[in-house]
Amino acid sequence: MPPSPLRGNLIAFGLLALAVLLAFGFGRFPVGPSELGRLLWAGLSGQPSGLPPQVETVIWNIRGPRVIAALLCGAALAVAGTAFQGLFRNPLVSPDILGASSGAALGAVIGIYFSLGIIGIQFAAFAGGLVAVGAVYAIGSTLRRGDPVLVLVLTGVVVGSLLGAGIGLVKYWADPYNQLPAMTFWLLGSLAGTAKPDLVPLLGPVLLGSAVLVALRWRMNAMSLPEEEARALGLNTGPLRVAIVAAATLVTAASVAAAGIIGWVGLVVPHLARFLVGPDFGRLVPTAAVLGGGYLLIIDTLARTAAPVETPLGILTAVIGTPFFIWLLASARGGWS
Amino acid sequence: MSLSAGGLAYGYPERQIGSEIELDLKPGEVLALLGPNGSGKTTLLKTLLGLLPPKGGVLALDGRPLAGLSIAERARALGYVPQAHAGTFAFSVFTVVLMGRTAHGSVFAAPSGHDRAIAMAMLERLGVAKLADRPYTQISGGERQLVLIARALAQEPRYVILDEPTASLDFGNQGKVMVEIRRLAAEGLGVLFTTHDPNQALRYADHVLMIRDGRVLAAGRATELLVPERLEELYGVGIETIRDGEGRVAFLPGA
Repeated sequence: MPPSPLRGNLIAFGLLALAVLLAFGFGRFPVGPSELGRLLWAGLSGQPSGLPPQVETVIWNIRGPRVIAALLCGAALAVAGTAFQGLFRNPLVSPDILGASSGAALGAVIGIYFSLGIIGIQFAAFAGGLVAVGAVYAIGSTLRRGDPVLVLVLTGVVVGSLLGAGIGLVKYWADPYNQLPAMTFWLLGSLAGTAKPDLVPLLGPVLLGSAVLVALRWRMNAMSLPEEEARALGLNTGPLRVAIVAAATLVTAASVAAAGIIGWVGLVVPHLARFLVGPDFGRLVPTAAVLGGGYLLIIDTLARTAAPVETPLGILTAVIGTPFFIWLLASARGGWS
Repeated sequence: MSLSAGGLAYGYPERQIGSEIELDLKPGEVLALLGPNGSGKTTLLKTLLGLLPPKGGVLALDGRPLAGLSIAERARALGYVPQAHAGTFAFSVFTVVLMGRTAHGSVFAAPSGHDRAIAMAMLERLGVAKLADRPYTQISGGERQLVLIARALAQEPRYVILDEPTASLDFGNQGKVMVEIRRLAAEGLGVLFTTHDPNQALRYADHVLMIRDGRVLAAGRATELLVPERLEELYGVGIETIRDGEGRVAFLPGA
């Protein structure tokens, strides 16, 4: 089945709609499509919805914010992963290649260690992600040797392992009864307990960063060529690379700050999207965003409902991502289509 | 009107590769750049394309210093055909040629209908339009080289610079690519290519520039310069010359 933009986008939006219906339909208070429609209409028209107040509360204050957070985080990670796979000319790259996730994780465990509030922990995570990537970029730019992209990746790997050591050290120091479980839970990723105020720090960076990446998507094709070839085609690669890295880091750090570390989404979804609409980044980036939102929402619904206690998102994405990726490797037909 | 270098020194920030390069490429001409491995050909090409700043001397495009032009301005004047490689992503052949239009749109712009029409026209000009929807990773080496030439032409340049265009091609494809190069010059483009085959230079180039260790060994008309003595000096091996009844010659190395 060759990729087709129209059919591919229909599938992506269909999956997104299905994911939203499932997310509201499953849980301790199932909300059906008709109730959801009535509530949305009531919200738009200002008329009372006629639904039991407890259902309204679930939708507006509990399920709704969580659904929106899942959609935003999924879309953010997928778009960042797509952009990075092109920028680093490598289909096995995920958004944390430059240390955005490990930096955010170190920020978060430090926040938990010093018993900061939830806002403080989220801010520490966000700042940690930005600082880590900023440091990688600064170090990489001073080491002016050969291919700048390769230097950047190697610096990211080195700094990432140092950050990993930092995370290990803070966990080792942490109080094993109060702090360590919180750190572990956070490092595995979860959207449990997401409320309306949590959406504010997520929404701004994700919309801004995604808008930049979507706007630059037509240049990402040439950006995925070797450095000198891209410049010979008229692309000012230096500033463009800074813009793409900054935007992708912004969305990744915001999503890690809101939901903890959720691996695999940024790696797997770009491939799924490529499978649907082909490798042209002009079409790929928007489709990856839609698909990423739907994908993470389905996984979050599973996380809420599959077991009596919440399953961490990072566990589910790995359990689903690993076999998927092995299948992908087995069926890759020469080059990454 | 020419791409010209005078007393040009070139190299990397920390290391000079060559100096005192004199070169003048006019529209409608084919210039072959010959030199042994490691002679500094590729670095010179990068400098001529504006990818490396000159380390001294003059480098001008139609009278204006090349370093004073923006990256996009350079790309609209100088088309570049790198050595063919498969690439990471399985872009369609059409998408690859469309990338040649990068310098003609703004940084946020989607390719226009005009861009698409030019990309398609260039595929047709090179006779590979039927490959448009095929993944670039799945076509043959010879086809890739033709597609990359189409991409360079989509830049609508006045000069085309090719880096060893026949390096990894079979005998037949080498012929095809060289015939295309001659045709580009006939259509008014200035063409510069590097090659390891003096026979190619003799048959398809008007002028030849021989460089060795970053210096010009000789420059001039292909027919005058491509003689066994010069080639022996350039490559450091004996050269056997074969002549046919009509006076045409071919060279064999290592005699």
